[in-house]
Amino acid sequence: MDGREQGPLLAADAVSKSFGGAVALRAVSLALFAGEAHGLLGENGAGKSTLARILAGVIHPDRGRLLLDGKPVTFRSPAEAQSARVAVIYQEPTLFPDLSIAENVLIGRAPRRSLGRIDHRAARASVAALFAELGVALDPARLVRGLSIAGQQLVEIAKALSNEARVLIMDEPTAALTNEETAHLFEVVRRLRRRSVAVLFITHRIEEAFAECQRLTVLRDGAPVASGPIEGFTPAQAVRLMVGRALDTFYPPRRGERGAPALSVRNLSASGAYAAIDLDVHAGEIVALAGLVGAGRSEVLRGIFGIDPRDGSVIVFGREVPPADPRAAMRAGLALVPEDRRQQGLVLELSVIRNATLAILSRLRRGPFASPARERATTAEWSARLKLKARRLSDPVATLSGGNQQKVVLSKWLATAPKMLLIDEPTRGIDVGAKAELHHLLAALASQGMAVLMVSSDLPEVLGMADRILVMREGRIVGELSAAEASEEAVMAFATGHEAMLQRAREPV
Amino acid sequence: MSATLEMRRGGFLTVVARAREVGLFAVLAALLLATTMVNPRFLGAQGIKDILEDVTVTALLCIGETIVLLMRQVDLSVSSVLGITAYATGTIFAAHPGAPIALVMLVGAAVGAALGALNAALVAFGGVPSLVATLGTLYVFRGAEFAWVKGGQINATSLPKDFLALATSGIGPVPYVALIVLALIALAGYGLRHYPGGREYYAVGSNEEAARLAGIDVPRRLTLGFLSCGAFAGFAGVLFTARFGTVDATAGTGMELHVIAACVVGGVAITGGVGSVEGAAIGALLLAVISNALVSLRVPVFWEQTIEGALLLVAISLDLVISRRTLAFMRSGRAHG
Repeated sequence: MDGREQGPLLAADAVSKSFGGAVALRAVSLALFAGEAHGLLGENGAGKSTLARILAGVIHPDRGRLLLDGKPVTFRSPAEAQSARVAVIYQEPTLFPDLSIAENVLIGRAPRRSLGRIDHRAARASVAALFAELGVALDPARLVRGLSIAGQQLVEIAKALSNEARVLIMDEPTAALTNEETAHLFEVVRRLRRRSVAVLFITHRIEEAFAECQRLTVLRDGAPVASGPIEGFTPAQAVRLMVGRALDTFYPPRRGERGAPALSVRNLSASGAYAAIDLDVHAGEIVALAGLVGAGRSEVLRGIFGIDPRDGSVIVFGREVPPADPRAAMRAGLALVPEDRRQQGLVLELSVIRNATLAILSRLRRGPFASPARERATTAEWSARLKLKARRLSDPVATLSGGNQQKVVLSKWLATAPKMLLIDEPTRGIDVGAKAELHHLLAALASQGMAVLMVSSDLPEVLGMADRILVMREGRIVGELSAAEASEEAVMAFATGHEAMLQRAREPV
Repeated sequence: MSATLEMRRGGFLTVVARAREVGLFAVLAALLLATTMVNPRFLGAQGIKDILEDVTVTALLCIGETIVLLMRQVDLSVSSVLGITAYATGTIFAAHPGAPIALVMLVGAAVGAALGALNAALVAFGGVPSLVATLGTLYVFRGAEFAWVKGGQINATSLPKDFLALATSGIGPVPYVALIVLALIALAGYGLRHYPGGREYYAVGSNEEAARLAGIDVPRRLTLGFLSCGAFAGFAGVLFTARFGTVDATAGTGMELHVIAACVVGGVAITGGVGSVEGAAIGALLLAVISNALVSLRVPVFWEQTIEGALLLVAISLDLVISRRTLAFMRSGRAHG
């Protein structure tokens, strides 16, 4: 069915929005048609999420209007958007950890029995049916607390589907998913399109937009720079439109000069997570830990840094670092930039300055007191070096875009002047422009002699950045590849343990 | 795949959460058994009656406090609300000895709800943190009562006999007031579990932002919660007068922290989203049993507060240990990243 003949299901008409003095959206128009997926591309801070929140009734446009089935409509609250069957999957899961999965999926819409009571059994059954349809193996009766990010995202998707959404807005839904889960999600999206649902797909991943969408809109600095059927774009063009310039070299060249041994890990083990991990990282070297989600890569970093208990030895520049003592690890010159920046890396309510100086407060003291002037100076220096985009350094970190938040986390740890950087998913959920900046930064740090051990699920990033790649599978290191011999196939062969694939990868093409 | 593991281990977490009430019952049973072995009269008809009389008013306050705590808020003003309606009950009966008891109970609840409305306005619309807002109204309400009562006192002699009989007689050793409160606990517990409005209290306390995005009217929920808490406290004031007969302006002073302690001992999380009215009532019962057991065992009375405090710490530590163990257990099989 061609939805275009019927006019858009939901449209934004010249919508503008400012926060304080900052313009988030300038006269953005966007039309969502039945049975179509519409890709919304843009760097972080381009206004994509603001537009999604306006369509969802969370915030209200200053100017412009929304049209539902061609008629002007005002969503005064998320509830009003929901009753118009506009469903949103937000970037960060918005779930209730203390309620069951079934209650989370059906919040506000639970089936009732006599006297208006919630029919818990029917609720669990309908969520179980929904999960069966999605191919998800989760028990609807369990609590959400303790679910992985991917699990939470699946609950969010089920929530949107259970509402029989006519319009589904997805704000970077794949950022936390494995490739398998992403493929699954797209299968669901295609099924929804066949049911004439209009989909708005917000993403950084250009290849995903081109694979799944029929229409494309690109935002830059809050304004639409291009919009139209996907056939009118090429991926390279889309990148140029997003960043306003061509990204000549995505990955900086690596010289691969090895210095002195920086980190030496022997027989590192933690029950249930990983075992017999031996690895070395030299000064000036970037080593990537690749593997599937769940292979134990993040746990190895946490073990080395001493967040979780471990067995085995960790030697940093010739000195043994005791287990389960992150302060000792920091003194030895280690720094860990964690995977989940919102939960582990930042205090969102505090300002950029407070966050950036959190790890070095004791060094910035003047007498017994913290020195605001020195804190500000240090932060200003790092934010200049990392090209941080923030209105004021005193703004809460929560107001920054994902890429800029990651820069604050990085500056916090770089300010401790580490000699050995452990970094987990350095560019997850970050737009192409900021990603390239972070890559150049990591390369520059390495060429200045820093040793880097990086966990990444982004294969092009692993191949583009690393001098050496260690592949983990089920808690063990199963393969090592040099930059020269590495290919996506070779890494995946080790990561999945498929012998046949391994053979193919080793044969010359 | 990890999802199956998550399923199995998540079930375990749910079981642990439920085990809390079972554990409380076990402690309660052990305590009753031990005390009865030392003093066989402890669980005689009079002993049971004493405990139930002690626990009734606290348990009633616990219903409202639980609703507020579930939303990750707190209401410290319950004891002052109780004080006002307790004295008001006496005043009404003194002026109109023939007033219908049910009507007076309704008036008590309504006055409580009206006072709760002030808390609701401050928290839901003024954006004042509930700890501060209700600390303020705790003193304001009590001060207003002192100004109104001016050292006056209500005596049992000016109260109708039928009204006092609510607390002194009943079915077997169970006073009527205890039956009323038991019914309210059952109703409130059922409502919180089986009605959408009840689940919204849990949702708001579990993740307020998510509640907003899910279309839940958070200010409305907060308002209803503080109104209910006030109404339960107001009703508790009426029962307080029935129980003690003699009431002055200090009635109920200090009960607010005792009530919060009972809720926490009963498994209501101070961080919101977790707990039940029934659990809180069991917590109140446990505290009442301990205080009666101490008397029965001839332990000096000043140990009571120490033991209540220690029990609170044990309850909180237990929660922490259990949740850490559970997380560790879940993580051990589900390494991610």
